Amino acid sequence: MGVAGFIFRRSAAAVVVLVGLSILIFVVARVIPGDPARMALGSVATPEQVEKLRNRLHLDESLPVQYWEFIKGLARGDLGESLVTRRSVSLDLIDTFPATLELVLAAGLIMVLVGVPLGIIAARYRDTAIDNIARLFALLGVVTPSFVWAVFLMLLLSFVLGLLPVAGRLSEAFEPPPMVSGMYTLDALIAGQWRVFLDAIQHLILPALALALAGMGQAARLTRTNMAEVYGRQYVEMARAFAFREHEIAFKYALRPAMIPTLTILGLDFAVMLGNAFLVEAVFVWPGMAKYGVFAILRKDLNAIVGTVLVIGAMFLIVNIIVDLVTAYINPQIRLGRRVA
Amino acid sequence: MRRLIHSRAWYKFSRSRLSVLGLLTILVIALVTVVAPLIAPFPEHVGIFVDFRNTEQPPGWIYFFGTDDNGRDIFTRILYAYRVSFAVGLLVLAIAVPVGVILGLLAGYYGGLVDTVIMRTTDVFLALPPLVLAMAIMGYLQPSLFNIMLAISVMWWPWHTRLIYNLTRSLRHEGYVQAAKVSGASDLHILFREILPNCVPSLLTKMAFDMSFVILMIAALGFVGLGMQPPTPDLGRMVAEGVRFMPFDWWMSVFPGLAILILVLAFNLFGDGLRDMLDVDV
Repeated sequence: MGVAGFIFRRSAAAVVVLVGLSILIFVVARVIPGDPARMALGSVATPEQVEKLRNRLHLDESLPVQYWEFIKGLARGDLGESLVTRRSVSLDLIDTFPATLELVLAAGLIMVLVGVPLGIIAARYRDTAIDNIARLFALLGVVTPSFVWAVFLMLLLSFVLGLLPVAGRLSEAFEPPPMVSGMYTLDALIAGQWRVFLDAIQHLILPALALALAGMGQAARLTRTNMAEVYGRQYVEMARAFAFREHEIAFKYALRPAMIPTLTILGLDFAVMLGNAFLVEAVFVWPGMAKYGVFAILRKDLNAIVGTVLVIGAMFLIVNIIVDLVTAYINPQIRLGRRVA
Repeated sequence: MRRLIHSRAWYKFSRSRLSVLGLLTILVIALVTVVAPLIAPFPEHVGIFVDFRNTEQPPGWIYFFGTDDNGRDIFTRILYAYRVSFAVGLLVLAIAVPVGVILGLLAGYYGGLVDTVIMRTTDVFLALPPLVLAMAIMGYLQPSLFNIMLAISVMWWPWHTRLIYNLTRSLRHEGYVQAAKVSGASDLHILFREILPNCVPSLLTKMAFDMSFVILMIAALGFVGLGMQPPTPDLGRMVAEGVRFMPFDWWMSVFPGLAILILVLAFNLFGDGLRDMLDVDV
């Protein structure tokens, strides 16, 4: 089966899961006792105001009818109106999405580019002091909540050492670069605005690092465990007997098979990272979708909650498809879609 | 107790000093939270309490971890906040594990339509970061101990369903399962007496790790303001409120943050030890 076929089949499955997700979040929002309109408006609203909002949200219709209205809107790319910003939820999400994507991509890069080499080093120097230090470092990453990292890093790097800015995406002295992707670092590069780029990077480092540390620790631990296991296999023994150089064994023979189980878990870690973005963005006042989602949840903004959840779900599913593709590329045994026992 | 210490299992577990340290930490913290009213220096600081003369005191001999902006002892509040972490953690496991296990057994053993319906449902739940779903549910509910537990349980069972499903799939063709079937044992007997006992080691290990993740999640909910409401102490909320007083009154955030870290670390080390001792993969 070709790559195109694989992507098509997986996308179809992902759409089914997304429909399930929309039903789930829809049902959760409607079955929980209490009037969503009343909750959104607060206790000072008059009964007429509540009634008006109920009508607008189709809350007096039966559940399937409400869902049908929702799906009809969704097909037009319309997620309804936010009860807080009074704007279309879709527009709000489009505005805030690039900031979150930039943050999560940066964190993902740190997670893989630092975590995996750390694991390789630990596995290469198994059971030595280097290994123990790398493992301790990795474990600390895993057990510390990302918002605690955020607070610690902010205290150390911004307040004590004064190296990095505390909040936001850009200093007030700068205008955002011309919009292309919505990601300030990338847009600044495209526009050739070096100083804006540097400023955006400085703002990006802390939140990305706080977000990345958990996944990074996990990546290092997994790479180490899986590589240590491969090191025990006979062909590594043989490569040694043939006097292959140690780094050649590490990268050509031990790393590749070890990356296959690691990658699958990294896909899951990415999901955890999307969740933690909700906390990290709040600490660093990062104007992304996750922060938007937190405020939607805190203010019981129904349409905005559903929209944010769906976009996060879709992002997660896309990442999983990419992970599967990369895994298939690394492992010739896994022909796309058909697994060899 | 003596038999336990001399057993083979304990020997394997105690080979890793870090795992023993994790277990000891859990036991000490559990004990301390149970007797918190007796040993906390300022039990009255747990409720609504204001002491304007002692606000924002740095850590010292009277207030080990300093005081917050209301003059309340942070050490005392951490002790009480641990109670919530333990209570919710155990309750989540008490709900999510049985539900997840039963569904996993059914899907793995019967296959076919049962398999499809149950496992595709777990796919939907697993397509969202756990924290986002729990937060979304909490957004609709009033924050309370019961609701926090409910929100986390709702997204926790699919992980156990996955685990037990995979184990059941590999166990159902084992000789002893086939033998039981041939000798006329009921499905109920096969599921709960033949298959389930063989899942227990994996299940126990997973539960130890679960505790650390659930504690993280409670803290995260508290951090965004969806956890226990004031004046009840909540570790996540304490970190969040302390951020407003950074960097000068750093202790308000740092000590509750460390408190979360230590408990999570302890359960992680304990889980590592269990995994090595029981020789399972979770």
